[in-house]
Amino acid sequence: MDIADLTIDSARSSVKERKTSAVALAESFYAKIASDDPEIGAYLTLSKERAMSKAAEIDRLEEKGEKLPPLAGVPVGIKDVLITKGIRTTAGSKILGNYVPPYDCTAVARLEAAGAVMLGKLNCDEFAMGSSNENSAWKPVHNPRDLSRVPGGSSGGSAASVAADMAVIALGSDTGGSIRQPASFCGVVGLKPTYGRVSRYGLIAFASSLDHIGPLTKTVKDAATVLRTIAGRDPMDSTSAELPVPDYVAELDQPVKGMKVGVAKEYLGEGLDAEVRSAIEAAIQKLANLGCEIVDVSLPHTKYAIPAYYLVATAEASSNLARFDGVRYGYRAENVRSLSDMYRRSRNQGFGTEVKRRIMLGTYALSAGYYDAYYLKAQRVRTLLTRDFEEAFRKVDAIVAPTCPTAAFKLGEKVDDPLAMYLADIYTVTANLAGIPGISIPVGQTKEKLPIGMQIFGKHFAEATILRFAHAYETAA
Amino acid sequence: MKVTEKDVTYVADLANLELSDDERSRMVRDLNSILGHVDTLSELDTKDVPPMAQVSDRYGVDESKQGSERFAYASREDVHEGLRKSFKREVALANAPESDGTFFKVPKVIER
Repeated sequence: MDIADLTIDSARSSVKERKTSAVALAESFYAKIASDDPEIGAYLTLSKERAMSKAAEIDRLEEKGEKLPPLAGVPVGIKDVLITKGIRTTAGSKILGNYVPPYDCTAVARLEAAGAVMLGKLNCDEFAMGSSNENSAWKPVHNPRDLSRVPGGSSGGSAASVAADMAVIALGSDTGGSIRQPASFCGVVGLKPTYGRVSRYGLIAFASSLDHIGPLTKTVKDAATVLRTIAGRDPMDSTSAELPVPDYVAELDQPVKGMKVGVAKEYLGEGLDAEVRSAIEAAIQKLANLGCEIVDVSLPHTKYAIPAYYLVATAEASSNLARFDGVRYGYRAENVRSLSDMYRRSRNQGFGTEVKRRIMLGTYALSAGYYDAYYLKAQRVRTLLTRDFEEAFRKVDAIVAPTCPTAAFKLGEKVDDPLAMYLADIYTVTANLAGIPGISIPVGQTKEKLPIGMQIFGKHFAEATILRFAHAYETAA
Repeated sequence: MKVTEKDVTYVADLANLELSDDERSRMVRDLNSILGHVDTLSELDTKDVPPMAQVSDRYGVDESKQGSERFAYASREDVHEGLRKSFKREVALANAPESDGTFFKVPKVIER
């Protein structure tokens, strides 16, 4: 069976129409992983036993003539920050190198309950901290479109697995752009929902007020299908919203004619690559041709987003990562002199350079004497950045922007300059601070054939609207 | 504000990290580079702007309600094994670097 370009619908119907079985489909994906993943590096752990048992269950349903669930037999990959019962979950870190979780993340459980077949766990930057996947403690991921380049991060394995047909869809997490930026670099669709739309239960925490789970897919429709499956209140996450989940798929074909699309000059300024700019301008023109009204908006505090983000995110991370102490799970250093010595050495040997850097920055920003100047200041600026969006959304239904200032950069290009790496997130972090939904869709490529992505932002809980714009763009001639 | 080697040692201590000499000097360089960029925040007058710790008290909630009333749905009965059964002891200990089958074991805490 040819598995190139399979979507949820085509995978499911190939099982339903008995062109293949769910077991055979999973086998085809494992064969593809065995042949192609050695040079890409997307997977960290394969969960073949669990996948085959799930696939066999789907095949039995089909044989009995029972109704197949919406993701029946669809092979999926899961970012290694989402915990999976009985399947090693490392968060890309040595400190969790042998960690086998005792329960399942809600988003994964919901995908499987809808019939999805989990192939394995996908590579990522350590604790989702990074923009290139080079901070994985295990191995880098190579961009399937150009193996000398990064796939983006931190959900680099998720984006690469979908782009290279090693999964039909993948789940990632996005704390400052970690779904949208790799989607852009690998030429796939990546959706960060509204904060509270998808339960974070079972997501290994990086920065709790900024962390989101969402899909990476080949089509906008698949992103809508996955969101419909994983969204909704979960009593295990008190921040998951008590709001009904719309049928995102049914609303995709609603017209966008006459709707207002905002363009913010702050996202098209200095530092934006010329090829990316012209692709975004062409995409905006295409939306205009679909009957959208293009409106200038201003998000005046945008230049302060990166500093505010890196203070808030690292402060929360320094607190969240305090739990890794070598006592209940994870790596423990040997030959220690005392309890305190054990904590220090276990953490120092278990965490990688970038994670230590962020713990240090966050601890510094929260420490006595600096709390007001750094952490509290950043929280106040977070309010200003959120108000910028509130103001802009009084005038428009959606805002479009480039996902990244450039296309995928080379492996090794930014590893020695953390600030340059952080600035790669300049167009994505604000949506996390404000909690609004954003989707990155492919809108062309550079002369070197590297994908370019465009983001569409919406109001809180207006995923249906941004999916509609994205779908209209994707399906327009 | 300039971060010194002494600051880095102090902060590493707070964070329970034991940095090597090389790591410490690199950390001084990196933190100063990042904080140099962060200092652009001081251009903004924020004295009348309230801090924002999270988004979920502002969006997706019933705005006719106030304070904790908005989150009444998120509370549950305070009962043993309310949402989920507790793990069996062997499950809870399965990932421990060291245990005696009943407790997690750690190096001696109190020196005599």
